[in-house]
Order: sequence, then structure tokens, then C-alpha cells
Amino acid sequence: MAVLVIAEHDNASLKEATAKVVAAAKAIGGDVDVLVAGHNAAPAAQAAAKLDGVRKVLHADGQSLAKQLAEALDALVTPLMTGYDAVLFPASTSGKNAAPRIAARLDVMQISGVIGVLGPDLFVRPIYAGNAILTVRATDAKKVLTVQPTAFKAVGGGGEAPVETIAAPAGPFKAAFVAEELSKSDRPELTGAKRVVSGGRALGSEAEFKAVIEPLADRLGAAVGASRAAVDAGYAPNDYQVGQTGKVVAPELYVAVGISGAIQHLAGMKDSKIIVAINKDEEAPIFQIADYGLVADYKTAVPELMAALTKAGV
Amino acid sequence: MKVLVPVKRVLDYNLKVRVKPDQSGVDLSNLKMSMNPFCEIAVEEAVRLKEKGAATEIVAVSIGPDQAQETIRTALAMGADRGILVKADAEMEPLAVAKILEAVVAEEAPGLVILGKQAIDDDSNQTGQMLAALLDWPQATFASQITLDGGKATVVREVDGGLQTVAVELPAVVTTDLRLNEPRYASLPNIMKAKKKPIDLKTPADYGVDAAPRLQVVKVTEPPKRQGGAKVKTVDELVDKLKNEAGVL
Ligand SMILES: Cc1cc2nc3c(=O)[nH]c(=O)nc-3n(C[C@H](O)[C@H](O)[C@H](O)COP(=O)(O)OP(=O)(O)OC[C@H]3O[C@@H](n4cnc5c(N)ncnc54)[C@H](O)[C@@H]3O)c2cc1C
Ligand SMILES: Nc1ncnc2c1ncn2[C@@H]1O[C@H](COP(=O)(O)O)[C@@H](O)[C@H]1O
Repeated sequence: MAVLVIAEHDNASLKEATAKVVAAAKAIGGDVDVLVAGHNAAPAAQAAAKLDGVRKVLHADGQSLAKQLAEALDALVTPLMTGYDAVLFPASTSGKNAAPRIAARLDVMQISGVIGVLGPDLFVRPIYAGNAILTVRATDAKKVLTVQPTAFKAVGGGGEAPVETIAAPAGPFKAAFVAEELSKSDRPELTGAKRVVSGGRALGSEAEFKAVIEPLADRLGAAVGASRAAVDAGYAPNDYQVGQTGKVVAPELYVAVGISGAIQHLAGMKDSKIIVAINKDEEAPIFQIADYGLVADYKTAVPELMAALTKAGV
Repeated sequence: MKVLVPVKRVLDYNLKVRVKPDQSGVDLSNLKMSMNPFCEIAVEEAVRLKEKGAATEIVAVSIGPDQAQETIRTALAMGADRGILVKADAEMEPLAVAKILEAVVAEEAPGLVILGKQAIDDDSNQTGQMLAALLDWPQATFASQITLDGGKATVVREVDGGLQTVAVELPAVVTTDLRLNEPRYASLPNIMKAKKKPIDLKTPADYGVDAAPRLQVVKVTEPPKRQGGAKVKTVDELVDKLKNEAGVL
């Protein structure tokens, strides 16, 4: 049994999600290899070699892999699968984009957003925005999974796996990278953050979102999230969206400010350890799942909270 | 250029699903079903392309039970020209759906297939990517903007870090994200007109597709219940509890 994990990285560094997907791979059993596909991605490959329990790191480096587009990953990973029984991607936008392409090439039905591995062919995943939990047995000879990293505990470091260089696909491909516009921030990355402060439609404008949510997040050393309504209205960028069709987070502390708690939003945050809700409507559904609900206008509650944190020496 | 839009009939997004007591699945009886919201966005985009003169014909296709005809009618009322229902009573896995769509594409020869990024029932997020693989076409998933020029589509994609723009050669597969557009409501005259638009009836066997499931459902259960509902009266009480009771500060 051999399992291939596709690393999540930005060439310069390895993302924490990789260590969590390796944990899922170990639960399947057998040898676990990690593929780092990128351009000038040696630092990411070296970091992957340190993950505990990895047999070896495959490192494919080339211009065609710089943005890890699905067509290039397909050309790289599909032939590699003759040597593996399973391939695991993180359920990131990159993993969600590429994995099904490879599954179809292998004539395998993919299992998306896996939150539990019960055996080599037995997997658990949420459906209907997490309102039902499905346990499935995969009958295909090879398994293709996307793994919800928040559901697994990252493996440790200290490993010393060898790094093997493999060829990057030459291309050309029928899809080409043109440009990107990435959110720049010194805050922790949303999906891996220990604390998250999210704002909703109540904030009313981008300026208000920045003036209220961001300072509270910075005060707590938290990442910033948002509801779909806040993103659609332009108060926050698209990559802040938490929920069924956005990002899934499971921090130690999730603070929802002016968010009603629609099922689509809850799907992305209800596995947080502690949930705080600040909402002026005491009937808001978010209060049903909040550990600490504060019925208040955020306009007074958030400044008070900033002051109280200082007073409490936080 | 012809545009093919696969549309799925799903539980209405406003409704919460019930898990069957015997854990065999979810109970959808007597619940309102609607077009998957991401498919509405796909239909809307196709209609806008046609209004701009970039598309000549829009074909809506659904794989599902007889009632999926209603979903196709909704697409026709929004502006699609004709429909194809591939009748299947059992729930179809994305791989089987993609294989049927591959065969439909072979017959229809569209220049573009626009799908939703995700069906909000199975939350798979697979079908478009699988179809692109089977056709050996390029793919642009999670689109928030589509521009057609000459033989290619330039697509802005919603990715984890922000936005990414890719250029794909046509024919191509595109899947929609939430910010691509705001779907229109069909007007009453258009709903009436849609009743006269043709819908072809097919079966998976017509396309020679083996739609047997690859995944066996072992069980479907309720998610673990969260103990919530406690309230605090003041901000000071909140900070005190976060610090001393929850220990998260
Ligand atoms: C296909 C689909 C996918 C979706 N995916 C997602 C997703 O991934 N993530 C997501 O979040 N949503 C998603 N949604 C949208 C979801 O259904 C809700 O519409 C959305 O989450 C609502 O956002 P909100 O809570 O910010 O806004 P609202 O529901 O409008 O809630 C605003 C809240 O703010 C409170 N409020 C107002 N003023 C104040 C004040 N001064 N102080 C304190 N509180 C105040 C109000 O009482 C209210 O509860 C999706 C919907 C669809 C159809
Ligand atoms: N049974 C179906 N009939 C028509 N289109 C479908 C069907 N299943 C999936 N699709 C299309 O594929 C998209 C993604 O679905 P999924 O991969 O199941 O999340 C949907 O938004 C539809 O556009």
C-alpha cells in the first residue's frame, strides 16, 4: 500500500494543511510520499521532507507548475498513480480544482472533503452543508480524496525523508496563467488560524468592516473572515468567505460579529472550539450554536470588548 | 457558438435536510426542490453571453428524475433555448454525470460548457473538472468573471489567496462561483414561452454510459450536536468567561 499526498505550498513555504493531509494519509496506512509540484519550490520540498512519517518527497520543478494549474498537475500526477493506491489533496481551491480531473482520468469516483478515515476504503464526509454526515465505502481500486485539513491533527516534524527530483511536465497546456491579485496581509492564514474574527452584513460598508473587524482581529492575533453577504456587498474580499461554499475553519476561538448564522455559514465554522456571537437580534440562529452569545449592537460592543481585553491584560 | 449548461435539481437552499432514522440516507419527501444555485448562475451567464451576441444557442441538460424537467423549464424560462433530460431515478455520482455529459457534448458540440462549481446537496465540487478531463478540454473553475475573445476565454477565478486570471482555449469547461452574476427571475411571459420550448428525453443507456455507483453508502447520520445557546450579559462577563472558563485568551 502506498499513498501520495499532494503538498499545499506557495513554492517558498509549505502550508500547514500538508501536515494535516499527511495525518489522513497515515490513517489509510502504508507508505506515505509527498509530491511538491511547483517552480523554485525547493524550500517547500525541504520542509515536506521534515514531516513525520513521510517515506520520500517527490519534487517536480518547472515553469509549467508555477501556479499548479489543473492541466499541468493532471499531466504530472496521473502517470505517477501507477505506483500508488491512493492520492490525497487538501480541500483547498487548488486541490478541489485538480483532484477530480485526475480522478476522472483514472476512472475513479472521488471522495470530497473527507473528515474521517475509518479504513483504507472507508471514509466520512459532510453533505448538505454539514447537516448530514455520510460514511462511504469506495469500491474503486485506487482512491482519490480531497481532505478537509481542519478535521485532522497535523503530524509533527523531525523527519528526514529523502527528496527525489522528478521531471515537470513540458506542456504547452490549453490553459495558461495570466495574472493574480492576492490579498496581502500579515495576519495568520484563515484556514489554519487559532483565532478568527468574522464580520457580516451588519457592518454595512468596507470602511466600517476595516474599522471594526480588523482592529479586533489584530488585537486577538486573529485571522479575518466574513459571511457571504459581507463579501457579496464588497465589504471584504472573496477569499475571506467562511462557509459551505467558502472556507472551512476550526479555530480555538471564532468571533462572529453581525452574522445571522445561516446554515451555509455554520457549515464553515461550527467545528470551532469556542464560538462567540455578537448580534443585536436575540433570535438570530447563530446564538443557538454560540458558547457565548452577546445580544448587543456591535457599534458599542466591539469598542467595549477592545477595552475589556486591555483591562484583563490580554 | 453553442453553450451547454448542466443544471441539477436539489433540495431548496433555504431548507434543512432530515436524516432518516434508519441511517440509509436523507428524507426529501414533500420538501421543496429547486435548481442548484450555482447552476442558476451558470444559466444566467450563458443567457448574458447570448444577449451580448457571443453565444448563439443555449442547451440546458439535467440528469435526474422526471421532475428534473421542472428544473430544465426554469432554465428555459431564464432564456435557454432547449433542454435535454437524461432520466435517472437513482442519485448519480459526479463521475457518471460527467460521462453522460461527455456523450451529450459529443452530440451537441458546444464551444463552452458552464456548470455550477458545486451542487449544494452532495457538496462534491467535481463534475466540471471530471468532464474537462474526459473531453481533454481545459478548465476554469470557480469563475467570477468570463470574457470571450476569439478562440479563448479569459476567466477570473476565486482562489484561496484572492483572485487568479487564466486564459483557456475553446472549447472549454467553466464552473461558476457566487460572484459571477446575480441570476434573474424569469418573467411570467417567459415562463409561458418556456412551456413551448422542446425538451428531449434520454436515458444513460442511450449514451452507452454505465452509471453504476462506485461508492457504497454505509450510513448517513446527524452531525454531532453542538452545546450552544448560553448568553452573557456584558462584555466584561464575556472576557472573564473566555479567559477563565474557556481558557482561550
Ligand atoms: C448557494 C449558496 C451558498 C452560500 N454559501 C455561503 C457561505 O459559504 N458562507 C456564508 O456565510 N453564507 C453563504 N450563503 C449565504 C447565506 O445563506 C446567508 O445569506 C449569509 O450567510 C448571510 O450573511 P450575514 O449573516 O452576514 O447577513 P444577514 O443574514 O443579513 O445577518 C446580519 C445580522 O446582523 C445583525 N445585525 C444588524 N445590525 C447589527 C448591529 N448594529 N449590531 C449587531 N448585529 C447586527 C442582524 O440581527 C442579523 O442577524 C450561501 C447562500 C447560497 C444560496
Ligand atoms: N445530475 C446532474 N444533472 C445536471 N448537472 C449536474 C448534475 N450533477 C452535477 N451537475 C453539474 O455539476 C455541477 C457540480 O456538481 P457536483 O460536482 O455534484 O458538486 C452542478 O452545479 C451542475 O452544473
